[in-house]
Amino acid sequence: MTARRVAVTGMGVVSPFGDTFGDFWTAMAAGTSGIRPMTSVPPGALRFPNAAEAAGFDALRHFEEKEAAMLDRFAQFAVVAAREAVQASGVKIAEGAGHRAAIVTGSCTGGQATEDENFRALYAGNQRISPLTIPRVMGNAGASWISREMGITGPVYTVSTACSSSNHAIGQAFWMVRNGMVDLAVAGGSEAPFSLGFLKAWEAMRVVAPDTCRPFSKDRRGLILGEGAGMLVLEPLEAARARGAQVWGEIAGFGMSSDAHHLTQPLAEGAARAMRGALEDAGARPEAVGYINAHGTGTVANDATETAAIRAVFGAHADRLMVSSTKSMHGHALGAAGALEAAATLAALRGGVIPPTANYTEADPACDLDVVPNHHREAELEWAMSNTFAFGGLNAVLVFRRA
Amino acid sequence: MSDEFAARVAGVIAKTQKISPESVTLDKTFEELKIDSLDGINILFALESEFDIDIPDEAARTIKTVREMTEGVEKLVAAKPV
Repeated sequence: MTARRVAVTGMGVVSPFGDTFGDFWTAMAAGTSGIRPMTSVPPGALRFPNAAEAAGFDALRHFEEKEAAMLDRFAQFAVVAAREAVQASGVKIAEGAGHRAAIVTGSCTGGQATEDENFRALYAGNQRISPLTIPRVMGNAGASWISREMGITGPVYTVSTACSSSNHAIGQAFWMVRNGMVDLAVAGGSEAPFSLGFLKAWEAMRVVAPDTCRPFSKDRRGLILGEGAGMLVLEPLEAARARGAQVWGEIAGFGMSSDAHHLTQPLAEGAARAMRGALEDAGARPEAVGYINAHGTGTVANDATETAAIRAVFGAHADRLMVSSTKSMHGHALGAAGALEAAATLAALRGGVIPPTANYTEADPACDLDVVPNHHREAELEWAMSNTFAFGGLNAVLVFRRA
Repeated sequence: MSDEFAARVAGVIAKTQKISPESVTLDKTFEELKIDSLDGINILFALESEFDIDIPDEAARTIKTVREMTEGVEKLVAAKPV
């Protein structure tokens, strides 16, 4: 079996900045933060007032009313992003070739808002629950809908590894295309975490910032929750070039690891192993990497641990790397985070524009990397990396190459 | 603080950590009691329920001993509107 090179030929994004990849990337490049006072819950309901909601998303712009009712918001996001990615790629799934295409989506928590709403009604005295609850809640709701809509009949599934879900999804789709199991894949993730029950659970974790997300900054006070979706279309590079497709870049390597350490405390060694694995899988030297889109949640623990992990992997080259956290702008979209960040990383490689770490105020000796503070940087780079690390100690890292 | 109050806080810590109340003395650090960050927020949650108080995130981050925790809870209880 020969390993094929894998191109990304289309990207779709739903984010706080709008329902398209273009809206998203314009904001990333400009350093615009989408963090705002939350509208999903009444003011004062939570200790943290701000979030990066996709507040402008209107399901009825994308779905018939009856269709919209069958999909939780997280699945609507997935479908909208997948449609944009496939349309942008220009790829046509030939009659009878659907079984050679795959869909792998990631989500941390699936249709939890639907669950929250229906269970609340039950406990308040309702005796019955909508028959749409189960199909709306299931984690694979988005993947299944995309499959039906696009006639993709090969491997279609959803992975759930908390904040690493998207990178695990994209990585597995990448391997399937590379190894010739399929000739096309739609991969990414989506999340819609804004229900009162789920937000209260985050409040109890005491990791959400009361102000904004300031990754790597000394005065960082935690993460800011976000929502949305990112979807990528993956094809063999050769096939993409043969049909004259626009190539955003290559996915070149994927590495994963488990800390086997603690439920919520990160471990630098686990993160470092995933990064090394991804570099090895890509056949890339650490010194060739120019940019890392960091996991960079803005919590005290993550950013210092990630800095230590990057230093362990890259040695002296760590001082020549640009490392930014776009979560400072699109928030932490949990199971969608890796997909949004993959889109940002690919656009950065192709356009030579490195998105900044926004909201940065003060250097922290524990995070002494070039974090591209507040303003984008222009740089022609060949290799880039995108990190995701999850609660439960699960790490998934992607390596990209300019095509 | 009264012994009774300290014992009540120690009781919540012990119950949450599944350890004996006698082991939770004021001079113990969380490290000595093997209370990690996740255990810590779990204890704060139990203390909020026990004393009907709201413990701010910042306070939660800095407290490292049973004494600091007991004093902190005492202050919040005293500040409660009657």
